[in-house]
Amino acid sequence: MTTSFRLPDLGEGVHEAEILAIPATPGQEVKEGDIILEIETDKAAVEIPSPVTGKVTEILVKVGERVIVGSVLMTFRTEKDETPAERPGPPPAPQPQPPPAAGKQQGPVPASPSTRRLARELGIDLHKVTPSGSGGVVTKDDVLAHARAKEQPAAKPAAPEPEAAQPAEPSPMPAPLPAPAVPPGQLPDFARWGPIERLPFRSIRRATATQMATSWSQIPHVYCQDDVDITRLEAFRQRHKAELAAAGGRLTMTVFAMKAVATALKLYPNFNASLDLSAQEIIIKRYFHMGIAVDSDHGLTVPVIRDVDRKSIKELAIEVESTVGKVREGKLSREEMQGGTFTITNAGALGGHHFSAIINYPEVAILGLGQGRMQPAVVTDERGRHEIVPRLIMPIVLCFDHRVVDGADAVRFLKVVIKALEDPDELLITMI
Amino acid sequence: MVVGDMEMHTDLLVIGGGPGGYGAAFRAADLGLDVILVDSQWGLGGFCLHAGCIPAKALLHAAELIHDAERAKIMGIGFGPPRIDLAALRAWQQQRIDTMAEALMTLGQKRGILVLRSKARFTGSSAVRLTGAEISAVRFKHAVIATGSRARGLPGVDFTSGGRIMDAGAALALTDIPQTILVANTGYIGLELASIYAALGSEVTLLEQADRLLPTVDADLVVPLQESLTARFAEIVLGAKIEEVVEDAGGVDVRFTRSGTTEQRRADRVLLANGRIANSDDLGLDHTGVNLNSRGFIETDETRRTRDPKIFAVGDVAGGPLLAHKAIREGRIAAETIAGKISSFDVRALPVVVYTNPQLAWCGLTEREARQANIPHAVKKFPWQLSDRAQTLDETGGLTKLVIDPDSGRILGAGIVGRHAEGLIAETALAIEMGALAEDLALTLHPYPTLSETESEAAEIFLGNPMHALPESQ
Repeated sequence: MTTSFRLPDLGEGVHEAEILAIPATPGQEVKEGDIILEIETDKAAVEIPSPVTGKVTEILVKVGERVIVGSVLMTFRTEKDETPAERPGPPPAPQPQPPPAAGKQQGPVPASPSTRRLARELGIDLHKVTPSGSGGVVTKDDVLAHARAKEQPAAKPAAPEPEAAQPAEPSPMPAPLPAPAVPPGQLPDFARWGPIERLPFRSIRRATATQMATSWSQIPHVYCQDDVDITRLEAFRQRHKAELAAAGGRLTMTVFAMKAVATALKLYPNFNASLDLSAQEIIIKRYFHMGIAVDSDHGLTVPVIRDVDRKSIKELAIEVESTVGKVREGKLSREEMQGGTFTITNAGALGGHHFSAIINYPEVAILGLGQGRMQPAVVTDERGRHEIVPRLIMPIVLCFDHRVVDGADAVRFLKVVIKALEDPDELLITMI
Repeated sequence: MVVGDMEMHTDLLVIGGGPGGYGAAFRAADLGLDVILVDSQWGLGGFCLHAGCIPAKALLHAAELIHDAERAKIMGIGFGPPRIDLAALRAWQQQRIDTMAEALMTLGQKRGILVLRSKARFTGSSAVRLTGAEISAVRFKHAVIATGSRARGLPGVDFTSGGRIMDAGAALALTDIPQTILVANTGYIGLELASIYAALGSEVTLLEQADRLLPTVDADLVVPLQESLTARFAEIVLGAKIEEVVEDAGGVDVRFTRSGTTEQRRADRVLLANGRIANSDDLGLDHTGVNLNSRGFIETDETRRTRDPKIFAVGDVAGGPLLAHKAIREGRIAAETIAGKISSFDVRALPVVVYTNPQLAWCGLTEREARQANIPHAVKKFPWQLSDRAQTLDETGGLTKLVIDPDSGRILGAGIVGRHAEGLIAETALAIEMGALAEDLALTLHPYPTLSETESEAAEIFLGNPMHALPESQ
């Protein structure tokens, strides 16, 4: 028999996805569980296994295409034939259910044809919708409400934490705006002034936009900038780079910064927090999971490295390297992007110098690293003599949520980080 | 370009121009697809418009006028016997058909659909070869098969030579008004045709294999019809099994057995049918992945996709009830699916109308189906002799019944026998599709005096407070 494979409900409110790759080819024999499609939802790539054993008869989607839940992606022919040898064509519509053994079976859900069509298009099973109409009739509004309820998690910023829920009711604080997507606005017709191209705004791009707009509209950002003399740390890095590479790791400034930040977070726990406006509480997290911003072909992704405080520099160098690899291959799961308490973004590798960063809501701070550059620096020796020498100087920026912490704390926090990065001995001694 | 070697490419190829075919073609064109429709016989309209429902309904209307004029006698109005100009009647019938066919062609053209009069045979899952057109082949991304069905012959019966043995299509051509006509094995189409010939003045003998007319329809709905036909036909023979049909120069002899004894009738003409079979055998389907069921109908899923993912099948050729409105809906669903929309055959109240006098119509769950499938149900009937409107029309033989879920009061099915059942059934179809309760139907104010009240009254009987009937004792 022929089986149509539709995009399944991916949960978490995900109702559309982009086709990344189609490992299966028409005519191919596949086994149940073989990977037939790779798709990308909000922020994660997902491999879709074949639901059946059989032959791929048609692939109805193309790489790059955007599909919604319920649309047919491919068809299979399976060996399993319908048991009754002579099925009299397709069942006529009003066909009653097969005779029940006893009692009342689950019949068709009463709903108008237009409601049924809407549910079909949204991929919603009417049996799961709470009816509001007379005698259990499901209305269009019921279907839409059900769809919205399913979508709720996606409306929240990506990589949300459990406590990241929007305040349920107005708080004494000025009510924060609900996480806005990009507000629709009337745009002029740009094509009047020259050729234009319209690109879809979706997937990671859209998730990033939602997350950034949320952060920008919710958090009063303050920036605290400084320079770090990483001459000694760089020498240390060069000495140990090869041995870590042999172990499969990559020793980067980010790895050192993670350890330095973990130390600072232990000293200033308010930076390892989230603000719960609905409860009027600051939530301090007693774990240190660090998000690292990774640039990839798919866009910005922030995988989370867990328990940074309990891992050695070597372990972190290996884990970060393998995680970045996963990001680039689009193999990161949604879980691996959740639960971060603080984020580090390093623009240095790309040659970025000074910049400001945006906090990864609902965290309260983010640390940005620029490129270390040889610069003339004034050094003072023990006897108080000054000398201008070339040193490797890295700009650093701490952005924080001024609702939760103050500038003084931020300076103190940043000093801890700077001290650890300027002096590898200090880093090793204070390292936790 | 060498004529005969021209190949065209299209998004959608539709084979067959009947309701299923043009339903698919129009919808697909409206959704932005390039559409070519191939039909070997009629272009657009198919058997339904040119040789089936439409010519039959035109003649049935004529028959109803004759019947009404005659019935006017009871009101003291006499017209005398009708003078029938058969050529004029045929011309009027044809004119109706031509007007509609032309309108369909215009609708197709305006949508940019290329209609080719040709026969198509598949050469693979993405191409057909055409015969009889200047285009020799069409390559398509998708195809919809809408080739319909045809009357199945009766073994040993020759329909072609003398012309006295007819199938439904030939009977509708109305070659003459025979003195006597014998109609056998024809189901509701036969009843319609027999009614036409009876109204035009033929003596009708009806042979039915089962022990009552329309054995698959709820018996209480058939009773008023059977009474009416008994009065107008010369003879209705039930339980008759046809043994032999022999045509000679002067007529046709039909030999049949009834409860073990052999009998014979002679008539000027004989209308015979033996069900309909799918037009799936001459399409080259063996070059595709399309699969047929044991009765020759094409197997499809709920979007009318066949086992060959590029090919869809709709209407009669895909099996199920052989109805034009079902075919149109299926065509639209196939087109929507092909255009990437999510669509499905999701009809809960497929209405069926028999255009006899009185008319018969039903939709949704029938009492018979409910009983067979052991679905809990209550049946509430409002006999038309209680309807004031039926009294003024002198149409009191009718009956309106509702099949209702006894727990929720939801309307599951409806059946109507009587004048205008064709229009009355639509209200219950909407009620069923909307998931309406008997209470909803009862509380919807129906105009008085109309036949539509019979539906709200049946609902009121379920609720225990009818107006023109007495509440059922509990």
